[in-house]
Amino acid sequence: MPEPAGAQDKRIAIEARGVVKQFGEGPGALRALDDVSIAIRENEFFTLLGPSGCGKTTLLRLIAGFEYPSEGAILLYGEDIADLPPFKRPINTVFQSYALFPHLTVWENVAFGLQMLGRPAREVESRVAQMLKLVQMEALARRRTDQISGGQAQRVALARALAPAPKVLLLDEPLSALDYKLRKEMQIELKRLQHETGITFIFVTHDQEEALTMSDRIAVMSHGKIRQVGSPWDIYDKPAERFVADFIGESNFLKAAVLGVAGGMARVRLASGAEVLATIAEGFEPKAEATIVVRPEHARATVQGGQLSGVVENVVYFGTDTHISIRLDTDGLFTVRQQNTRSQSCGFDVGARAGIEIAVDAAQVLRD
Amino acid sequence: MAPARQDTSSERRNVRSRWLLSAPALIIIFVAAAGPLLVMLAYSFMVKGDYGDVKPGQYSLDGWFSVLFQRDIFDDTLSFADAHLTIMWRSVRLSLITTALTLLLGFPTAYFIATRPRNRREIWVFLVTIPFWTNLLIRTFAMQQVIRNEGILNTLLRWGGLIDQPVQILYTDWAILFGMVYVYLPLMVLPLYASMEKLDFRLIEAGYDLYAGRLAVLRRIVIPLVKPGIVAGSILVFVPSLGAYVIPRVLGGGKNMMLGNLIELQFGAGRNWPLGAAISITLMAVVMVALLFYVRNAARTGAGHG
Repeated sequence: MPEPAGAQDKRIAIEARGVVKQFGEGPGALRALDDVSIAIRENEFFTLLGPSGCGKTTLLRLIAGFEYPSEGAILLYGEDIADLPPFKRPINTVFQSYALFPHLTVWENVAFGLQMLGRPAREVESRVAQMLKLVQMEALARRRTDQISGGQAQRVALARALAPAPKVLLLDEPLSALDYKLRKEMQIELKRLQHETGITFIFVTHDQEEALTMSDRIAVMSHGKIRQVGSPWDIYDKPAERFVADFIGESNFLKAAVLGVAGGMARVRLASGAEVLATIAEGFEPKAEATIVVRPEHARATVQGGQLSGVVENVVYFGTDTHISIRLDTDGLFTVRQQNTRSQSCGFDVGARAGIEIAVDAAQVLRD
Repeated sequence: MAPARQDTSSERRNVRSRWLLSAPALIIIFVAAAGPLLVMLAYSFMVKGDYGDVKPGQYSLDGWFSVLFQRDIFDDTLSFADAHLTIMWRSVRLSLITTALTLLLGFPTAYFIATRPRNRREIWVFLVTIPFWTNLLIRTFAMQQVIRNEGILNTLLRWGGLIDQPVQILYTDWAILFGMVYVYLPLMVLPLYASMEKLDFRLIEAGYDLYAGRLAVLRRIVIPLVKPGIVAGSILVFVPSLGAYVIPRVLGGGKNMMLGNLIELQFGAGRNWPLGAAISITLMAVVMVALLFYVRNAARTGAGHG
C-alpha cells in the first residue's frame, strides 16, 4: 500500500542537503557520498538500503558525527549540526559490532550515556532499570559483556543507545551478526521498540527483505547516490531505475518501444510485437526506446496465447510457488512465479513451449 | 579392568615425558636464577673478608645489621645508617618519578603510533627501538655532553637569552632523572603500544556517541582498557630504574648515588660483600613488594567490574 496520507505532514527530524563526502584528495580520491539530499520525518522507521560500498554507512556516520561532510549540511529539526562533535548531538548509535564496553557490566554499559549527561544517580538507576526491562535483560544486569550471547549483546546495545532518549536512533546493520531465527525475532522487537519509544529510527542494511518488512520508507543507494526514496510498496512495485528493480526482488527486464504517453501511463510495444500498458517511473519522460520491468509474480505461463512466448528452460519448485524460466523467442530469459495448489503441479515440462501473459498494470517503464 | 590399567600406565609415561621435556627449562631456572640468589643469600649471612670476599664457615648478622644501622667506631653507639637510607629513598623517589614521567610521555607516543595506518606503525615501533642499538654507557656519556655546563642544552638556553649563567644540571638528581627517563622511555612505549594496538577504536566512537567528551573517553574507556599495558610498562621502567647503576654513576657523579652504586661500592672499594649481598636482597624485596602491590591492585579493579 502507499504511505498514509498524514505522513507527509510530519516534521522533518533529519535532513541532508547536498551532502558530499570525499575521502582523500586528487585523482585517487573516493567520493563516498555524491550530492545526497534526503529528509527523514519524525517517528519514522527509515532504512538506507544498498550493496556494500554504496555510501549508506558513511551517511549514517555523518549523521552520528563520526565524520564531517566535505560539502553540504546536515540538519536536526532545522538546525545545522554538521560541525558538532558526536557527543553534542542528541543522536545515538547501535553499532554493527555492538561496541559494548568490555570493562563494564551490562548495567554500567546502559548507564554510561546517562552518567555522561550528568543525570542524578536516582534517575540513572530508574532509567537503566526501565531500559533493561524494555529489552528483557533485567536478569543479566550484573553480567560482564563477554558473558552474554550475541542476541543479548544486541539487546544491551539497543538499551544503551535508547537510555539517553535520543531524538534519532541510528542502527548500523545491527542484525547482520545474528542467525536467521534470532534476526527474525529482533526485527519484530525493533519494530515494537520503535513503536513504544516513538523515536525516529534510521536503519542501515543490505538485506532487502529486512528493509521491506520493517521500514516506513526506504532510500535505495548505490555508488554514493540515492536512487529512489519511497515506501516499501513504492520501491518494490514502482522501481524508478533498473538498479532498484534489480537490487530488490527478482525482475524481468524487457526492451520496448514507446508508442505514446498519457496520464502517467505509456503504451509500449515489446520485441514480440505485443503491446502493453505500463506505468512510468515518477518525474521522467520516456524516450522512444525504454526498458520495462515485470515482477515474476505479475506474469503467468500459459499453454497458448500471451504477449510473449518461448521454450521452458527450467522449472524450480519452492513449496508455496514454482518458478518457471522461459527462454523467449525474441531474446533473453523471462521468469514467472506461479502459486501452487495441492491438486496439481505447474503443468510445464522443460523443453515445452509456453506463452507468457503479463498482468494488466504489471509493467513499469524505468528511467534507464 | 585391562583398559583402565593401560590408561594409568600411559598416564604415568605421559607425566614422565612431560618432566623430561621441561627439564631444560627447570635446569636453567635453578642453575641460572635460583642458584646465584641462594649464593647471595648465604654470603649476606657470612663474615666479611679483610680484602673483600667472605670468610667461609663464619656466620654473622653484621651484613644485614649494617643495611640500616651503623656503630660508631669510637664509642660503639648505635645510629641509623643515614647515608644508606638517603640512597634508598633517592632510588625509590627517582624511580617513581621516572615511571610517572615515562608514562606521561609514553602514553601519547604509544597512542600516536597505534592510531597510524597499520603498515606505518611498524616503522614507528622500529624508530622507538633504535636507541637500544647503542650501548647504554655511550648513550649516557652522550647525555652528559648534552647537559653539562658547556653542553648543547646550556648553550642553547644562553643563546636564546633565557639564562645568563649556565644552569648546573650535571651531577644533580635532575641529571639522573633526565637520563633515566630518556633511557627507559622505550620500555614504557612498547607495552603501552602493544595494548593500545589491541584497543577497539569503535569503543571510543561509542563513547563519543554516548556524550563522553575527549577527557571522559580517555578516563572512562581508554585508560581502563589499556591498563595491562600501563602496569607492564610501569614495572618494566620502575624495576630497572631502582637498580640503575651506569646512569647515576655517570650523570649523578660520585655523590648522588643510587642503590646500584651502593651495592657496587660494597663489592668494590668498601670490601664488604655481606653488606652488598644484603642490600641486593633488600633491593629485590622492595621490587617484589612493589610488584605485589601492582598485581593486587590490578586484580582488585578487575574484580570490581566482574
